[in-house]
Amino acid sequence: MAYNVIEVRGAVKHFGETHAVDGVDLTVQAGELFGLIGHNGAGKTTLFKMMLGLLPVTRGEIYIDGQPVRGEAFRQVRRGIGYLPESLALYDNLSGLEVMLFFAKLKDADPRSCLPLLEKVGLANAARRRVRGYSKGMRQRLGFAQALLGSPRLLFLDEPTNGLDPQGIREFYQILRELREQGVTAILTSHILAEIQLRVDRLALMRTGKIQALGTVHSLREELNLPLDFQLTLQPGAEEALRQALANQPAASVQFNGTMAHVRCPRERKMTMLNALAALDSVVLDLHIKEPSLEDVFLGYSDATA
Amino acid sequence: MRTHIEFKQIGVIASKEFWDRIRNRWVLAVAVIFTVFALVIAYFGAAQQGTVGFRGMDVTIASLVSLVIYLVPLIALILGYDAIVGERERGSLELLLSMPITHFELLMGKFVGLAGALAFSTLAGFGLAGVLLSYQLGPTALYHYVGFMLSAILLGMAFLSIAVMVSVMASDRMRASGMAIGLWFFYVLVYDLLLLGILVLSQKRFSLSFFPVLLYLNPADIFRILNVFGFEEVRKLYGLATVLPATLASPWLLGSAMVMWIVAPLGIAVWRFK
Ligand SMILES: Nc1ncnc2c1ncn2[C@@H]1O[C@H](COP(=O)(O)OP(=O)(O)OP(=O)(O)O)[C@@H](O)[C@H]1O
Ligand SMILES: [Mg+2]
Repeated sequence: MAYNVIEVRGAVKHFGETHAVDGVDLTVQAGELFGLIGHNGAGKTTLFKMMLGLLPVTRGEIYIDGQPVRGEAFRQVRRGIGYLPESLALYDNLSGLEVMLFFAKLKDADPRSCLPLLEKVGLANAARRRVRGYSKGMRQRLGFAQALLGSPRLLFLDEPTNGLDPQGIREFYQILRELREQGVTAILTSHILAEIQLRVDRLALMRTGKIQALGTVHSLREELNLPLDFQLTLQPGAEEALRQALANQPAASVQFNGTMAHVRCPRERKMTMLNALAALDSVVLDLHIKEPSLEDVFLGYSDATA
Repeated sequence: MRTHIEFKQIGVIASKEFWDRIRNRWVLAVAVIFTVFALVIAYFGAAQQGTVGFRGMDVTIASLVSLVIYLVPLIALILGYDAIVGERERGSLELLLSMPITHFELLMGKFVGLAGALAFSTLAGFGLAGVLLSYQLGPTALYHYVGFMLSAILLGMAFLSIAVMVSVMASDRMRASGMAIGLWFFYVLVYDLLLLGILVLSQKRFSLSFFPVLLYLNPADIFRILNVFGFEEVRKLYGLATVLPATLASPWLLGSAMVMWIVAPLGIAVWRFK
């Protein structure tokens, strides 16, 4: 049964002249893994803070688990929320384990869950070291472990993979996948679109305080109708043959790069293009069809508004 | 926000603050300062009058009062000015407030924890000095000394409360520390001079009965009066008896005023901390 864990209606946040969030409507359903992307200063973090009741809205309404944020019953809702802030600051004078124990007490979480959680994020060996001596990635891991205290049903993760090594990023998404299987809802931001596009169910693209596009990666791609990219490896000297084959494909464009060729064509001409290229099978050694990436989508939307 | 208060959350914050000060040896350092000063004053305080050695408790307390009036407010302000603004500036406040805790509970936790650390070092520091001097003390002297310690704790709480208020209102740590030092300067150094100035300038133009009330507007003065008016000998030393009528020198009234000085700034801090 899908219900809206997060419901944002017409949220607006002004900092003086700055319209950080400028009329956002957003719902995230139970069990969803939701991505929020957008350029620096788009308003992602501000929206997060409002959803957590850390910043008052200038206008609009926000409900988490059906409760208005900053309302009386919100304390109870908070017990089921895990939050990893963008600019994470933990207590340098404490050890990783002590930091965990402190937040566990505040959250009514089982103190015995602290060590296993540190183990889970790969900090087992550093648990008793002071946070002062932690590297950036280690701090981030500790922040994530902290967010997982008390088995939250809803996670707010603001740039969670910031500073993580490739191994760490993979482990992070592995944990997220496990949690999702248990029905945990998560909303996260990231600037690394390649990592987010394969993993989220839906995403929203924010631009100057507004949601510019919303949906699955697939549907965003469709909506923009970005061209497909055929990547060909040619035999030397086959450029002319390819040019001729494309002569009656008016919408296609081609670029050469050594023996590589990039052919772009509208999505709906995919099959005709394939046919045309199939006729060149003697000179085309290899062929890849590249779907536009989330990055292309992102940049596509940026160009559309520019 | 009319959510009910969860004392457990106050306790979690308070115990973190308290143990932080124990761990970084703040409590130890302050206690040692108090002990050393108390012993030095007890034995050498009268040196300028040509005698060295223990001079009796009342005179010792009088000297200690002068010292404590400078030292305790300063220590309390330094202890407290960072409480909120420090977390805000380092960025840990946000995560803290995302926890199931109210602003009120967080603020109270901070105050209680820091107050505990300050009270503990005051008791330990002057307490140890008291024990070392105890073979010289009669029961009344002991009574006065205990009263002195308790009032020193109250004085500390009052300035800690002011510090926490500063910590809530200041936009950054620099400003908070500036405000804290400024307040110390005002209450401990300037205020009495100001009163003296008023007294001298006004001559007898307004009645002296109005004047003692002004003493109540400074926790440092309340502390001084609390300790001074217990003892005949000291009262003469200060020549304050003429200024303060007996009704206004009641320890209960003074004590309540001190409590007000603890409650009021904290109340403002709670109100402003949103
Ligand atoms: N406390 C504040 N006071 C004034 N302006 C603010 C404040 N917080 C955010 N802003 C402004 O609001 C806008 C949105 O900022 P926000 O941090 O939400 O962006 P973001 O999408 O998280 O960016 P990034 O990708 O860099 O993290 C920016 O223009 C920022 O300058
Ligand atoms: Mg951000």
